[in-house]
Amino acid sequence: MNFELTEERQMLQDTLRRFLADKYDVPTRNAILESESGMSAEIWSQLAELGIQGALFDEAQGGFGGAGFDIAVVFEELGRAGIVEPILETCIFGGGLIAALGNEAQKGLLESIIDGNTKIALAHSEPRSRYDLSRVETQYEDGKIKGHKSMAMGAPNADFVIISVRESGGNDDQNGISLFLVPAPDLDMRTTAVMGGGMAADIYLDGLSVSDDKRLGPKGSAFLYLETVFAKAITAICAQTLGGMETATKLTIDYLQTRKQFGKPIGTFQALQHRLSDMLIELEQARSAVIGAAGYLDADTHLRDRYVSAAKNLVGRAARLIAEEAIQMHGGIAMTQEYELAHIAKRVVMADHMFGDTDHHLERFIALSAV
Amino acid sequence: MDLSYTDEESAFQSEVRNFLAEKLSKQMSEKVRLGGDLTKADMDEWHSILNDKGWLAQNWPKAFGGAEWDAVQRHIYEEEAALANAPRIVPFGLSMLAPVLHKFGSKEQCDRWLPRILSGEDWWCQGYSEPGAGSDLASLKTRAVREGDHYIVNGQKTWTTLGQHANMIFCLVRTDVDVKQQEGISFLLIDMDTPGIEVRPIVLLDGGAEVNEVWFTDVKVPVANLVGEENKGWTYAKYLLTHERTNIAGVGFSNAGLQAVKRIAKSELSAGIPLIENPHFAARIAQVEIDLMAMSLSNLRIVSQAAKGGAPGLEASMLKVKGSIIRQEINDLARRAVGPYALPFASEAIEGANEAPFGPEYAAPVAAEYFNNRKLSIFGGSNEVQRQIIAKTTLGAMR
Ligand SMILES: Cc1cc2nc3c(=O)[nH]c(=O)nc-3n(C[C@H](O)[C@H](O)[C@H](O)COP(=O)(O)OP(=O)(O)OC[C@H]3O[C@@H](n4cnc5c(N)ncnc54)[C@H](O)[C@@H]3O)c2cc1C
Ligand SMILES: Cc1cc2nc3c(=O)[nH]c(=O)nc-3n(C[C@H](O)[C@H](O)[C@H](O)COP(=O)(O)OP(=O)(O)OC[C@H]3O[C@@H](n4cnc5c(N)ncnc54)[C@H](O)[C@@H]3O)c2cc1C
Repeated sequence: MNFELTEERQMLQDTLRRFLADKYDVPTRNAILESESGMSAEIWSQLAELGIQGALFDEAQGGFGGAGFDIAVVFEELGRAGIVEPILETCIFGGGLIAALGNEAQKGLLESIIDGNTKIALAHSEPRSRYDLSRVETQYEDGKIKGHKSMAMGAPNADFVIISVRESGGNDDQNGISLFLVPAPDLDMRTTAVMGGGMAADIYLDGLSVSDDKRLGPKGSAFLYLETVFAKAITAICAQTLGGMETATKLTIDYLQTRKQFGKPIGTFQALQHRLSDMLIELEQARSAVIGAAGYLDADTHLRDRYVSAAKNLVGRAARLIAEEAIQMHGGIAMTQEYELAHIAKRVVMADHMFGDTDHHLERFIALSAV
Repeated sequence: MDLSYTDEESAFQSEVRNFLAEKLSKQMSEKVRLGGDLTKADMDEWHSILNDKGWLAQNWPKAFGGAEWDAVQRHIYEEEAALANAPRIVPFGLSMLAPVLHKFGSKEQCDRWLPRILSGEDWWCQGYSEPGAGSDLASLKTRAVREGDHYIVNGQKTWTTLGQHANMIFCLVRTDVDVKQQEGISFLLIDMDTPGIEVRPIVLLDGGAEVNEVWFTDVKVPVANLVGEENKGWTYAKYLLTHERTNIAGVGFSNAGLQAVKRIAKSELSAGIPLIENPHFAARIAQVEIDLMAMSLSNLRIVSQAAKGGAPGLEASMLKVKGSIIRQEINDLARRAVGPYALPFASEAIEGANEAPFGPEYAAPVAAEYFNNRKLSIFGGSNEVQRQIIAKTTLGAMR
């Protein structure tokens, strides 16, 4: 075993951390959060210039990374800075599915994703699917898509949206799910800002004509690929949440050392000291959970999924604890929108509502452990 | 002991129910149910409906025109009002300032200010906290210097809830800097329209603007607006804080919140079955409900005791801690129950239902409420401060 990052990943981490510390300060982020598009095109292309998008793809795909630990390193830093740009949606979901399933023409998009010129989103969940990956009721029949996709993260800023549809089987069968890669302007969307940053859309598919050549991958067998890409997305969001928790903890440490009440720093109160210790303990647990998920991302699916669900469950619990304790130990100031912790706390807590929450992954872990 | 309501109490419960059914408009209760921000006009309207019935000043003594309800009556009202989604009663004038005036105010002050609280002519806010004086309230710095018939006030208050609606603020100010902190504080009533006062909104993390900074620059306050004696304000402030704490158990809100969680969990599907039938989620609901049932009895027990003269000290702190934890847990459950549709961050979730909600209508306010209600364990004496009180009271002074 070896717990050191490779030299390349160490460099990636340093570069990204320095860039974001420099360019993504709190006023910048608050301005982005209040902007119409909810993201910064400038940051997006600067990230591409640094090779961040490229680090999420392997060499065959035109990148220089793409392994679990590349994902973990990049998203931990993105999370530390609380960045809200749709990297996960574009590179993990969009790029991941296109790389795995695309025909030559579709794969042409990978280069422009890596260059920062194209953004992709995945529209998979539906109002009745909650967190079930196989529940797809949107239909594709006679060249038309009919259905309703909910909370498609990143869709409002995407150039293309990947839409999952059912072509055979029952509502929650794993077989019979296909994907289509559709230009975003063709879609009827209602957009919303997301608590904790980013944009999402509900997409109304009222018999949208989509030709067969827009299909991404073979007919009816997308589920396995969705599982794989969700395993990556969960690892990414856990790493991102880990980074956010590090920031929340750091802000709390600074505050305990500087805020004075009763004539002394509040960090001198043992009631708070012990709780800070618990935050630090949970943070290390979360770090190991993320390392576990990243390290087994390419293992056989059973082993992978146990680690992935374990991470999502543990990180979900840790994030709630750390966000709530950080707010509590700051007192009123943490409740103000413009203070950095408010954004970070919202981001790490709301991550539990993406790709399956703490309870969903506990149940999945139980099911996987029974075999 | 007997846990059932007496005939009079049951009759009172029906009376409250009928009153709410008759007087609470559908429009108002929908706004409350959907987590909309109530306007000043909404709150004034509800106050005036209650006042017409004689139910606004629920715990004021009859001598001051109050209803003088006992603990059980208050409990019944709180529970029924929350279940009916009635607006909450704004506490600053009615249950914070008024008890102080009853006990420490002059006859002139009572005659002048109390009727205006009932009529809604005055809207009060609480000017205790300062940027540097939160838990350590006694370290407050806002200075009041006496010049003839006036005090000249300079300084800053913060976290002033609904100060944007207020025309009056009751403040703790420093009138003597040469004595022990607690002994140089006075309790002043200040007209917000006085020149030199500036109110600046603070946007909270859920996007709402319910608190403010209030700045004072050479503000002239008549000496007649001093409550009680100069430099005795700390005693009055602590008296007020105990009142603030007994109301903060929030049993009624928790009951209503739990009902709402159950409704959401009946509509939401998980793996194709209603979430409420998911054993894991059902266990989460049951766990909170068990806590809340006990809490509800603790609340009645302690408030009844207090009414018989036992001052709520350590028990009030217990109610505050446990009550806030339960409410926050219920907010957490609501957020979980909603699933992905908890994610939208829409100003309409806060401003009221102008636009069609994103996802099911019950989803709109839950995440915002979860974050907003982190305040419950921070304000009114943080939960750490309350625990400190409980331990110190129990262990006594030790070295
Ligand atoms: C089964 C067992 C095996 C052991 N084996 C060994 C051994 O092999 N070798 C050996 O040397 N010792 C051994 N110990 C002793 C052990 O190290 C002591 O019990 C321990 O250090 C605590 O001391 P104490 O029992 O005197 O409790 P105290 O120190 O009196 O503590 C009482 C309580 O006060 C708390 N407390 C104390 N100080 C603080 C503080 N500053 N802040 C907050 N809380 C505080 C403690 O956490 C505890 O809850 C053993 C004990 C047990 C129970
Ligand atoms: C939404 C909201 C509305 C409010 N409305 C009003 C209002 O209308 N009027 C008003 O006057 N005030 C109001 N407040 C202010 C509120 O009373 C203060 O926030 C509260 O007193 C805590 O002070 P602080 O925020 O400065 O935190 P601090 O006192 O700085 O506390 C920071 C942390 O240290 C802990 N701590 C402090 N001292 C100790 C100790 N001795 N031992 C252990 N832990 C300790 C605290 O518990 C907290 O976790 C409001 C606050 C909020 C958030």
